[in-house]
Amino acid sequence: MIAAAKINEVKTKAQHRALGLSDEQALELYWHILLARRLDERMWILHRQHEVAFHISGIGHEATQVGAAFALRKGYDWVHPYYRDLALSLTIGMTPRDLMLALYGKQGEPSSGAHQMPAHYGNRALKIVSGSSPVATQIPQAAGIAFAIKYKGTDEVVLTCFGEGSTAEGDFHEGLNWAGIFKLPVIFLCQNNQYAISVPVHKEMPVPNVADRAVAYGMTGVIVDGNDALEVYRVMREAVERARRGEGATLVEAKTYRPVPHSSDDDDRTYRSRAEVDEWKKKDPVLRMRQYLESVGLLNEARSQEYEARAKQAVDDANEFAKNASYPPAEAALENVWGEISRQ
Amino acid sequence: MNDRELTFAEAIREALAEEMRRDPRVFIIGEDVAEAGTPFKVLAGLVEEFGKDRVIDTPISEQGFAGLGVGAAMTGMRPVVDLMFGDFLTLALDQIVNQAAKVRYMSGGKLKAPIVFRTTLGATRRSAAQHSQSLHAWVSHIPGLEVALPSTPYDAKGLLKTAIRDENPVVFFEDKMMYKLKGPVPTDDYTIPFGVADVKRAGTDITIVATSSMVQVALGAAKRLDEIGVSAEVIDPRTTFPLDKPALIESAKKTSRALVVDEGYERYGVTAEIASVIADGAFYYLDAPVKRMGALDVPVPFSPVLEDLTVPTEQSVFEMAKMLCGKT
Repeated sequence: MIAAAKINEVKTKAQHRALGLSDEQALELYWHILLARRLDERMWILHRQHEVAFHISGIGHEATQVGAAFALRKGYDWVHPYYRDLALSLTIGMTPRDLMLALYGKQGEPSSGAHQMPAHYGNRALKIVSGSSPVATQIPQAAGIAFAIKYKGTDEVVLTCFGEGSTAEGDFHEGLNWAGIFKLPVIFLCQNNQYAISVPVHKEMPVPNVADRAVAYGMTGVIVDGNDALEVYRVMREAVERARRGEGATLVEAKTYRPVPHSSDDDDRTYRSRAEVDEWKKKDPVLRMRQYLESVGLLNEARSQEYEARAKQAVDDANEFAKNASYPPAEAALENVWGEISRQ
Repeated sequence: MNDRELTFAEAIREALAEEMRRDPRVFIIGEDVAEAGTPFKVLAGLVEEFGKDRVIDTPISEQGFAGLGVGAAMTGMRPVVDLMFGDFLTLALDQIVNQAAKVRYMSGGKLKAPIVFRTTLGATRRSAAQHSQSLHAWVSHIPGLEVALPSTPYDAKGLLKTAIRDENPVVFFEDKMMYKLKGPVPTDDYTIPFGVADVKRAGTDITIVATSSMVQVALGAAKRLDEIGVSAEVIDPRTTFPLDKPALIESAKKTSRALVVDEGYERYGVTAEIASVIADGAFYYLDAPVKRMGALDVPVPFSPVLEDLTVPTEQSVFEMAKMLCGKT
């Protein structure tokens, strides 16, 4: 009886199984969260060591991104990310080496051929669209990709991501308005990390939730705990299914936090207290997922250490690889400005 | 049939219809493009043939549907985006300049945005400062964009078909005052390559380089110059990028004088770029400095007498050319 009760307790805790995820998949989820975190941390270090010119981070956003990626058919559905989507891009299939090459601006960097700033993740084969530095421009473009999908009659969907800061842009309104009118197969995933660089969310919008705005576009709006990967997965899976069934777009708002500065050019100590940051660190996505997996008996101290060692090895390998890679020839600056021009 | 005449608007419409029949990836998107056929009725009848899935009315959101077009183009579609007035380029400029123009470069050649932004230029329609500007210099400045400026029905059809088939984003300017202009348009399927200037009138004494709305003005001036014994050559580059530098230089070498006329603002404008190309390439052949004529540096006013002062006219071009040729 005691044994049965124990099993039942584990079962009720095994949220991932209720969502149809195997134990292996749950561990895979954790692996991507952890790998993204350790890679991102190394990028910060490389910047502080003056090895690289710039870094913009996804730390704190990993649960949202990995949970969302798990709800997609990788390489089949389109992803139009923003510059914090390191974990999302890794989970869809980009490699630590890819991302490190981009950080250094080295030859063979797949997002842009070292033309674009790092963190503008892109990979044509994986259907990840290399994004833009001006924010929110991907939102109407994602509606356009969804429009083309509908035009062609396939059942692909589009995921596009942005911060809550982007929702103040006209592009947000115009893109969602479109997607609502034409019932397009697109998921708008807002990673609400509470700050547009230094401007706190209550100065960015007069309503408490980004998702509240969905009603204005005739689409479903959902709020989810962005630091809970399994909850994000659940919500995203529903949104993806809705889109695939032809029932249109969803606005998902993942409430999360950016515990690091906006970018390597920013110093967040000027605009928020350490107490606030420390409070959010208690809800850290890596910690949360590890604790969950421990509670259902899938991780213990020893296995955690194995994962950490594996992540460190992957990050070391990527860094060595990118550091030793050559820069593109200078003439590459002149490539890919125009495609073939219809001359005589 | 080959001596058939169409208006400029009909030539545009025919190019769109033929390309839409040829290629199912081509679609039109913009404000009032379907039943209304645009305020200038350029697209009248297209929605009847191609349906509302391919001739798509949009909410008033230039940046939004420009972005939508860029997104669709990246998946392999061939959008033709209708921006009702060239002045509204400002509303869509990020998607054109920061997005469409840079997709190929910023994806290392893995993505492309084969998209046409059709819009208008030209004053003297009594539409004042926000419906009359000729802003083609802005986009001509941007690497990654091609810019076409047809000046006849024949060129309009051939250049638009090229624009739709081209691999790059193209901004296509139509002079709104020219939509009713008639001219010969053959019935056969033809395209006009980009970067090939066209001599609209051959001459020996002075080269008048003119674009879009200014071509007819230059031809009128050339006729009057002829009456006073000055033989003017009128050459139309047809695209500001790619620019047919050799043809412009050769014409100036032949005539030894050059005047550049364009309806955009003269300051930092298309005329400056072309004048510099000619001054550089034909320096030793020139008998006079290269002169430029563009719109005056003022917002375009409404009242007819005021507006007409702001743009080059047949009379002002005639006088400038006459002066350059040393005739008093």
